[in-house]
Order: sequence, then structure tokens, then C-alpha cells
Amino acid sequence: MEKQWYTISVYSENNVGLLNRISGIFLKRHINIESLNVSKSEIENVSKFTIVINTTEDWTRKIVNQIEKQIEVIKAFYHTDDETIYQESALFKIASHLLFDERQIQNIIKESKSQIVTVNREFFVLAKTGRRHEIDEMHEALEPYGIMQFVRSGRIAVTKAAMPISEILAEFQD
Amino acid sequence: METLKAQKKEEKKKTSMRITGAEAIIHCLLEEGVNLIYGYPGGAIMPVYDELYKFQDKLTHILTRHEQGATHAAQGFARVTGKVGVAMATSGPGATNLVTGLADAQIDSTPMVCITGQVPRHLLGSDAFQETDIVGISTPVTKWNYQITKASEIPEIMAKAFYIARSGRPGPVLIDITKNAQFDELDFAYEKCTGVRSYKPVPQPDMKAIEKAAELINKAKKPYIVFGQGVILGEAEVQLKALVEKAGIPAAWTILGLSALDTEHPMNVGMVGMHGNYGPNVLTNECDVLLAIGMRFDDRVTGSLDTYAKQAKIIHFEIDPAEVNKNVNADVAVMGNAKQTLELLLPLVNENEHKEWRAEFDKKYKIEFDTVIEKDIHPTKEGLTMGEVIEQINLASDQKAVIVTDVGQHQMITCRYAKFRQSKSNITSGGLGTMGFALPAAIGAKMGAMDREVVAVIGDGGYQMTIQELGVIFQHNVPVKIVVLNNEHLGMVRQWQELFFESRYASTVMTNPDFVKIAEGYHIKSRRVEKREDLTEAVQEMMSSKDPYFLEVRVEKEDNVFPMIPSGASVADIRLK
Repeated sequence: MEKQWYTISVYSENNVGLLNRISGIFLKRHINIESLNVSKSEIENVSKFTIVINTTEDWTRKIVNQIEKQIEVIKAFYHTDDETIYQESALFKIASHLLFDERQIQNIIKESKSQIVTVNREFFVLAKTGRRHEIDEMHEALEPYGIMQFVRSGRIAVTKAAMPISEILAEFQD
Repeated sequence: METLKAQKKEEKKKTSMRITGAEAIIHCLLEEGVNLIYGYPGGAIMPVYDELYKFQDKLTHILTRHEQGATHAAQGFARVTGKVGVAMATSGPGATNLVTGLADAQIDSTPMVCITGQVPRHLLGSDAFQETDIVGISTPVTKWNYQITKASEIPEIMAKAFYIARSGRPGPVLIDITKNAQFDELDFAYEKCTGVRSYKPVPQPDMKAIEKAAELINKAKKPYIVFGQGVILGEAEVQLKALVEKAGIPAAWTILGLSALDTEHPMNVGMVGMHGNYGPNVLTNECDVLLAIGMRFDDRVTGSLDTYAKQAKIIHFEIDPAEVNKNVNADVAVMGNAKQTLELLLPLVNENEHKEWRAEFDKKYKIEFDTVIEKDIHPTKEGLTMGEVIEQINLASDQKAVIVTDVGQHQMITCRYAKFRQSKSNITSGGLGTMGFALPAAIGAKMGAMDREVVAVIGDGGYQMTIQELGVIFQHNVPVKIVVLNNEHLGMVRQWQELFFESRYASTVMTNPDFVKIAEGYHIKSRRVEKREDLTEAVQEMMSSKDPYFLEVRVEKEDNVFPMIPSGASVADIRLK
């Protein structure tokens, strides 16, 4: 079976040990977590893990089943890139003098549709939200001028199809 | 609504009592019907032990000689009673010594609650004396775990622990309790847990799947059942028997399913897997419908998955959704508790006999009997075989004993030849293959079923891994019968070395102590058998003893267990020699 990108969405109780429990499921099978994001979800007191992996659908399904088996997990789903709307964010810290010395930088900022978050005498910070390849392209464009610091977030995603967590929660409470 | 909640809280306060966390733990155990626990004290759990001292008329604590022994004893108790076994230990090394038992209980779905002491909350993360992150360590080998750091959490968390351990597919739960939470006071009121919002223990059976299953069964010419421990855990023995009899389906078992159906039932065709019976393995690849009931297609059962039952429609009766399509894809998955789903299935299946198909198993049995079984249980060679010892136990116990095995050759031989009339009678470490399991597990099994004979059959290797638990047998006069089948080797590894490593016996030869003298040192009646003519009488003497009894049988040193599916081979390629 062919490997591809899958986004796993896990709805869970907000519990300290759960991240360890979930990451262990990937560790045990030597599956690298390409990106991980934990945040609140659309439901009060329910957390959402967004995990990106590159593997076969068969493995993804088995992993999702194992995740769902954990006591504090309400429901887990997996989706391909086509089935989700997803974004990543990145911050670039760049020396301020470059803004005046290198005209090209201003063009990169405009073309990438990134935002200047802050500027001071020493550095300015650019924020970019978009697909992985867009951030990579921007990184490539800025690299020759020198990037003081760079960081990229994990993927966040919403699915095109509904994820009926409220209904599932109601079912649990029956 | 809010006022109602407040009212309830107020009522709870009125009926509650102000006690320490340590005392609360005892009350939680008593509320859960626990009156026997196994454990080992130490610094971080001392407040609880102090309460155990005060409550000793209601709650018996058995001091095992090692914390691992406490877990296996709790497992033995759980497996024979169906109740939750409880083990307790201190922090640090006490807690880490529980890990093997937790892993064993996790993979064999045994309900167990382990309670560990922990350094006080303010010292957590400071590398304090006997501090270890047992919640982190035990996460992959527990169904659930939790660290209590406030006394007020105790009742709710303990109730949840027992609920999770016993419900659905059972498993081990570890509760780590910091010392401050044991000393501090709380308003104690206990309410049993009846549900956890994110946890659905038993999936709702789908009538469509059951109808589909019945249709396949009714059309089948060569239907075949392989059942596992799910039948025992789900208490579906009666339903399984009814199905087997009504639909005339030959049924084989995994070693954890053994004893769920009377061994001598005419439709019981034996054991599947690496050292299972010839027919049940070979015919797996000839049946047209395979009903897997409460089993998980372990690799020791299936051999190579690429050649496993490819010709058959697979119906998987399973409680755990993560097991469906994990190793073997199911054509029909019937989710739910086996008792419930089989009950729904029964009226839909037609009466049948499948005489010709059943006769196939007899033919294969004849081949196996002539080449393997006869020589195992009625040997003519000089050396004693493990098989003849088990045969003598069958005779002397009238097939009514609980038999506890360790791991290795003796385990496979026992599972192959032991006969059972009653469920929950075969206790062994299946999934994890934990050497050292049997002796402490037999103690727990005996204390859980005092009215039954409990025979531990152990190899000389595994016996020495937890031999210190003889101390418990002696101190509490636990009348278990211990049979050590001594071949002075780590027999199963030696067998593999002989077959697959050109007889290079790396570290499998054992120079053993005088086991009879060791048992005598613990004041346990003991005897050694070296000759066939003494065997029957010795086993009878052991079985009729009212006290604990140790029997060492010197068996042939280099016997092999056959049949055998070499690892990675197909069930169809099982070797008879």
C-alpha cells in the first residue's frame, strides 16, 4: 500500500498523561510524527490533537483504532490532504538593516503575503500562514539574506466533512 | 439543575466522614468488595500499610517476597475468580517491579488494580529518594493510569480505576498516590463508577452483522470455530457450547481460551497455534467459514498471515474495535460482548451436524496420535516425558483441578494434554510469555478458589525466577501443589537452538540446586521422582495432600515439543517431527 500524508484528529479529555499515551502508540510502531498540535476544540473542555504522519492507510487506520481505545479519547479520525483545509504558521526573524539595504526583501514580503509583526532597530519579524510549500518557498527566498531565527508550527486542520463530536459525546452520556 | 447538584453535594457531605487519604484507600477497596490484596510495603506507602494493620480483620494483605510476585498472585486470583486482583507496592523500585505483571495483565486482558505509593507532591520531579515516574513508565502497559496528588481525589479515582479494570476488555490500571495525599484528610463518601464519558466499554451489537454471520454459517459446508479468552471474560461458555452443538461446528481454542469448553466435548477438536494440534492448524486452511470468537489472531496462533485461512470467510466476534482487521481482515465483524452476541446469533443458526467435516479432524488426530501423542503420554523410552506427568495429573485430579503454568515446553505440553471440565481452570501467561508467572499466580488462584485443587506446573528455569514465593506458601500454608518438570535446561530455547541454531546450546544448560531441599527449607512436603514406576503414586500422594506439596519430576533432558509451526511458516506446514 502506498504511503501518503494523513491528518489525524483526536478529540479527548484534557488530561496530563494523554500526550504520552498517544505518542507511545506511534513510537511503538516506528512511525514518525511529522507535526503535532494540541489545542482546545469547538466543544468546551474537549481538547483536539492534530497529528500529521506519512504512512499507509492501513497503518493509519490501525493507529487511529489504538488511539481511540485510550480511555480519555472521545473519538479519533483520519483524513487525507484532499479531505481537509489545513495551514501552518511560521515566524522569520530578520536583521532590520536588510529592509533598507536589500530591496528584494520588500518584494518577498509583498509576494508572500506575510505580515510584519514587529520592527525594532535590530530586527523585524515576519509571520506567514499557509501551506507547507509556501512557507518553504519563502524560507528559500529569504535564506540568502540571512535569517536570524526561524520557527514553523504544526499543522492545524479542519475537515471538509462534519466531525459529529457533540453527538458522539451525547451518546457516551446515555 | 444547579440547585439539584448543590443539594446532592450537601447530602453527600452529610453522609461523608472525615478521614485520611490512607484510610480512604482502604474504604475504597472494601466498597469494591476487595478482601484480599498482595503487596510489599516501603516508605512511600507506609500510611496505607498502617491502615491495613487497623483493618486486618476485613482486608487480608499477603506479603509476597517480591513485588512481581504480588502482581502475578493478583492475576492468578483475577483469572480464577473473574474479579479484579489488587497489588500494592511502594514508590521507586517497588513500583518498577510491578511492570512485568502489568504488561502481562495488559496483553492477557486481566483485570487488576495496582496501587503504588509516591514521594510527596512537593518532591515530585526532584529525584527524591525512591522517586520514579511510574505513571510514565507504566503508560504503555496499562489500560489506564493516574497519579493522585490530593486526598480529595481518592474516592472518585479509585472507583474509576476498578470500573475501567473490569469493564469491557479488562486490563490493568495503576494508581500512584503521593504520600501527602495519604496523610491529608478528606470528606469521604463513596460512589461506584458506572461510566466514563469518553469510554465505551462494550460496543452495541449490530443485528445486521449478526444476521450476515448466521447466513454465512448456515451456508457453510466446513465451518470452524476458534475461540479465545473472550469467551471466558465475557462469560459466554454456555452460549459457545450451545452454538457448537446446534450448528455442529468443530471448535478449537487458543491457550487462553482453553477450559471455556469441556476438553472432552465431542466437538472440541483441540488447540491452535505453534504447538497446537495437527488437525486444528492444518484444517484452518481448509475450512470455508472461520468463526473467531473472543480471540485476537496472535502471531503464535496464525503463523504466517499471508497464508492464513485465505480460502475462508472470516467472522470475528470481538469486544475491542482495535482488534478487528488488525491482523486478519474480517468479512463480518460482530462487535460486542461474546455472551450477548452469541445469544443473538443462536436462534438464527440452523441445526446441523457436519459429520464428514468433523471426521476430517478425527483423521488428522489419528495421524498426530500415532506420531506424537502416544509417545508423549504413554512413552516406552526410559526417560520420563512431560506429557505422561500431565496425564497422571488428569487422572489423579479427575480433570477438576485449576492448572497454572509458567512459560516454555512444560506450558505447551500442559496446554496440549491437560483436561478440563470447568471454565477459568487454565491459567497461564499467554501473550507476554512471562517466565516466573506460575508460582505466584498459583498462590493467587488457590486463594481465589480455596475449594478447588490448584496445581502449578513449572519448568526448572521459570521456577527459579520467582522461587522466593515459596515463602508465602509456607507462611500462610497455601495448599497449592507444585510440580517442577526438571530437564536441567531452558527447554524451549534449547529446542529452538537444536532446530534452528545447529544445536549451539548458548546459555540454556542449567546446573540446578536440590529443589527438594529448598522446599524442605520452607517446610513444604516434597518429593522427587526419577523413575516411571514411582510417578503415579507420587502424583496421587501430592493430590491427596491437604497441605502444600512440592513434586520434582526429572524428565528427559532433550525432548522436543511437537507438532510445531516454525516461526513465520504457514499453519498448513505444521511439523509433526
